[in-house]
Amino acid sequence: MIEVKNLKKGFGDKLVIKGVDATMQAGKCNLIIGSSGSGKTVFMKCLVGLFEPDEGEILYSGQDLVTMTDEQRKETRKQIGMLFQGSALFDSLTVEQNVMFPLDMFTKDSYQDKLKRVNEVLDRVNLKDANKKFPAEISGGMKKRVGIARAIVLNPKYLFCDEPNSGLDPQTSLVIDQLIKELTTEYNITTVINTHDMNSVMEIGDNIIYMYQGEKEWEGNNKEIIFNKNEKLNSFIFASEFLKDAKDMRMLEVKGKIDNDRNMDELLNSDEDVLNS
Amino acid sequence: MKLFTETGRYLLMLKGMVSKPENGKMYWKEFMHQCSDIGIGSLGIVVIISFFMGAVSAVQTAYQLVSPIIPKSTIAQIVRDTVILEFAPTLVCIVLAGVVGSKIASELGNMRVSEQIDALEIMGINSKAYLVMPKILAALLVIPMLVVVSAGLGILGGRIAGTASGILSATDYTKGLLQNFTPYNVFFAMAKSYTFAFFISSIPAYYGYNVSGGALEIGRASTKSVVVSCVLILMADYVLSALLL
Repeated sequence: MIEVKNLKKGFGDKLVIKGVDATMQAGKCNLIIGSSGSGKTVFMKCLVGLFEPDEGEILYSGQDLVTMTDEQRKETRKQIGMLFQGSALFDSLTVEQNVMFPLDMFTKDSYQDKLKRVNEVLDRVNLKDANKKFPAEISGGMKKRVGIARAIVLNPKYLFCDEPNSGLDPQTSLVIDQLIKELTTEYNITTVINTHDMNSVMEIGDNIIYMYQGEKEWEGNNKEIIFNKNEKLNSFIFASEFLKDAKDMRMLEVKGKIDNDRNMDELLNSDEDVLNS
Repeated sequence: MKLFTETGRYLLMLKGMVSKPENGKMYWKEFMHQCSDIGIGSLGIVVIISFFMGAVSAVQTAYQLVSPIIPKSTIAQIVRDTVILEFAPTLVCIVLAGVVGSKIASELGNMRVSEQIDALEIMGINSKAYLVMPKILAALLVIPMLVVVSAGLGILGGRIAGTASGILSATDYTKGLLQNFTPYNVFFAMAKSYTFAFFISSIPAYYGYNVSGGALEIGRASTKSVVVSCVLILMADYVLSALLL
């Protein structure tokens, strides 16, 4: 579990994170959402220690990351896995070498043991026959999966994903989302995901934090978000007509007025009163 | 003011790279990789430049020594001293500042922009120690070696050019090489090459490591690092000459 207390971070005169409190729960997908410039990337970079916060506490299992010594911080970071937006794979290394890198650096296992572990995690992310390929030779979705494999190879307690679906088609996005969700529950990882993807929000959002201009505006889960009354959040999530319709359809479905097989026809024929009822 | 800020950040980077390696074997592997990259990767250009540098030096010295009183062997003596004192350490290091420096800056810049450096930090690896230190140590090891090779090839180039164009005989050239040889000159060349090697590796590493932005900024950092390295090499050349000669 990660607890964030009164986190503040600014650059020059501008305060980007204005005192955020949050709790990232273990075994759950904790999503940070918000429009561009709302401070979610800075927030995540503070959480992993890439930015030093100006004020506040970031507690990893009760230990404050901000006041840790360099050695303690190194040890904590060994428990963190991170999937970057662009995957951040090492260009000069093959897929196998990329995934093996953390094992090479932090374990004294034999090459055979390391290779076995690498194949295990590559298999877990459904990546086969790609061991000897270089990052430039594989697709975006495969790169993300290699990134996930590298992030989980040391069995981390915390997994951070920065926009895991950016640049991916909807189908591949869904696969990546499901994979993250499965790994989170399977290994009881505290997963923190920074995303714009509403599909992810609805599919895997166990705990959702909506950030608006550097502040936590709303917190809840993927069931509560549909019925939320926060105007800023609603205008962010249901920005397009299509999504508004989808929301209405989902509300009707949840309220039991229609079932899954008939919902589209009902929605198209329904009037405002039905939708608002 | 900006100069002080940049110098301070540069010194902080150097301080930050001194830490206990997470895994000595991996650091050694990276060090050897850099030795090969900097040393073997630059050998071709060093060989070509050094050979012609010596050849041109021999021909131009002969052109200027028109007095019949001066023995022909003096040409070899002048070529030897010019190559050892100046051409091999300074000229070769300026070329290496372009070849090696731009490579280091663009490699680290690309790693920064594509978040590979952040990935190392997240893993709990001191990225300055793992990426910058092996480059500097490798440069300090192989660049003086390249300078020695360069000096040898420069003298050989002078001999081949001198004899081929009939300026002086091989015997005169050999005689000239052995006249009034001062071993201190070699020490001076080595002192210069170690100093320049440090600039060639650490300045581009600083600019590359601190790139922010995209491809354009990587290019700018690469160019800036080469310019700054060359200026510092020439300034240090003067300072070392004034102090040590």
